[in-house]
Amino acid sequence: MANALVFIDNPGAALKKSSLELLTIARSLGETAVAITGELTDDVAATLGAYGASTVYQPSLANLDEYLVGPKAAYLAAAVNASGATAVLLDNSPEGKEIAGRLGIKLSAGVITDVVGVEADGTAHKSVLAGSYTTTAKATTPVTVLSVKANNVEPVAAAESVAPTTATVEVPADAAANSARIAARTEKPVSGRPDLSEARIVVAGGRGVDGDFGPLEELADALGAAVGASRAATDAGWIGHDAQVGQTGVTVSPQLYISAGISGAIQQKAGMQTSKVIVAINKDAESPVFEIADYGIIGDLFKVLPQATAEIKKRKG
Amino acid sequence: MKIVVLVKHVPDAQFDRHITGPNNTTDRDESILSELDEYALEAALQLAEERGGPKAGNEVIALSMGPSGAVNAVKKSLQIGAYSGVHLSDDALAGSDAAATSLALAAAIGHLSADGRPVDLVLTGMASTDGETSLVPAQLAERLSYPQVTFASSLEVTGGQVRARRDAGHFSETVEAGLPAVVSVTDQINEPRYPNFKGILAAKKKKITSLTLSDIGLDASQVGLAGSWTVVESADARPPRTAGTIITDEGDAGIKLVDFLAAQKLL
Repeated sequence: MANALVFIDNPGAALKKSSLELLTIARSLGETAVAITGELTDDVAATLGAYGASTVYQPSLANLDEYLVGPKAAYLAAAVNASGATAVLLDNSPEGKEIAGRLGIKLSAGVITDVVGVEADGTAHKSVLAGSYTTTAKATTPVTVLSVKANNVEPVAAAESVAPTTATVEVPADAAANSARIAARTEKPVSGRPDLSEARIVVAGGRGVDGDFGPLEELADALGAAVGASRAATDAGWIGHDAQVGQTGVTVSPQLYISAGISGAIQQKAGMQTSKVIVAINKDAESPVFEIADYGIIGDLFKVLPQATAEIKKRKG
Repeated sequence: MKIVVLVKHVPDAQFDRHITGPNNTTDRDESILSELDEYALEAALQLAEERGGPKAGNEVIALSMGPSGAVNAVKKSLQIGAYSGVHLSDDALAGSDAAATSLALAAAIGHLSADGRPVDLVLTGMASTDGETSLVPAQLAERLSYPQVTFASSLEVTGGQVRARRDAGHFSETVEAGLPAVVSVTDQINEPRYPNFKGILAAKKKKITSLTLSDIGLDASQVGLAGSWTVVESADARPPRTAGTIITDEGDAGIKLVDFLAAQKLL
């Protein structure tokens, strides 16, 4: 009987840091099992064992990826029953949250999303109303389903590594019925920069970049950062919508957020105000972003950013 | 086609928002129609208009669940162009989590299908701008045993099939599902129309149906705090951020910035 079940969708050749974070949290809740989709490589199995997973479940159907979340939720519900787990942990991606939502209904289990911390009894901490409140929430049901944001715990391997046993879980035959099917899927070009939602540093630009993200991209590359943007910049077509930080885009909570040429309207603030350190560069001294910046520079981003990039390169040698 | 658009009355994000009371619920004074729901409403109106509008038997019903003030979200939807409105309101609904909300909404959609014209499509925004859990569309679809298509950035309906484009992390996907379905749309899908003077006048003549729990066949123990599977034990306002050091560039701000980052151990 496992206490916690971690869902890892298509681990691929190596586990992502966010999956290792889920395994680390799961171990604090008790004996851990893992449900994966896709192939289980020897390397991934070894890493799962190093992080204390005693059992790895795989679905009886291989084509779950052809559908949106419905059949994955059905598989996971069967894996919860097989493992006896009382806590289920998923990542906080849109798909992770949707699987969590459907799973909650299937199991009559409380679901808590956007979790930033979990206590040993399953009590979850989260931030709500765009980071203006932190709350403590708990499921009142026998099973708790939690989708956990990345970058809130340091992944730590178990004191003792185990060799996980593998087991197949029967996916109900009707799981794919009434599910949306993926008719086509194209991979987006990869930038080589970290993912916006998981990046330790974000360099974001707004109206003030006036169509030229070049200086921001150069600074981002010098810092190993992701590039973000305000809605004004994505609406203008200067950068893809994926880069949008804010209420209707990606919510970020990095160690460092550098805001360049963004006035800091409330929707933008909502997406980044839980960043640890905020730096703002703007020509307009009246910009609201200066009210929340730890370090503000009233100046021209086209002068300040290249100078900072050159200085970082110089210091890093 | 019979389309139900879920519209939510949420605290205006332009102002400070608060969590209050013994059950840690959101203060709903200063509330408005959730901005993200306007995209769902626009998508519904376009689908109905492509099919000949109300004269051809199409319906666009704005459905809101919430306390008395939530009727304003329905009224605003009617001004924008929804054909009729439904306000599901009952004291017992207060404090419902996503699971209880999805139960009540599923029952309301069942009620709206009971006239012999079943609902074909349920449209929602990508998330509410208050709870932001984005759980309700998925949980509603599970309750109704409908397929769900979430985060649609384009939408077509032909021959009983929904076809949508969505961006999912590193992928861009085309997704298909049969009707009836639950579809949530992003703010990329369209430009919502504004209510004009004619729309505001016309809205006064449109019908708003009020529903209570007994109308949709639920009792108080199934919804609200009693029917919720999660409880918020405490809520603490984050200390507001305060401004730090502000400098004016005198030709060396880039270097000073790097000094600051180095001092913060961020390089």
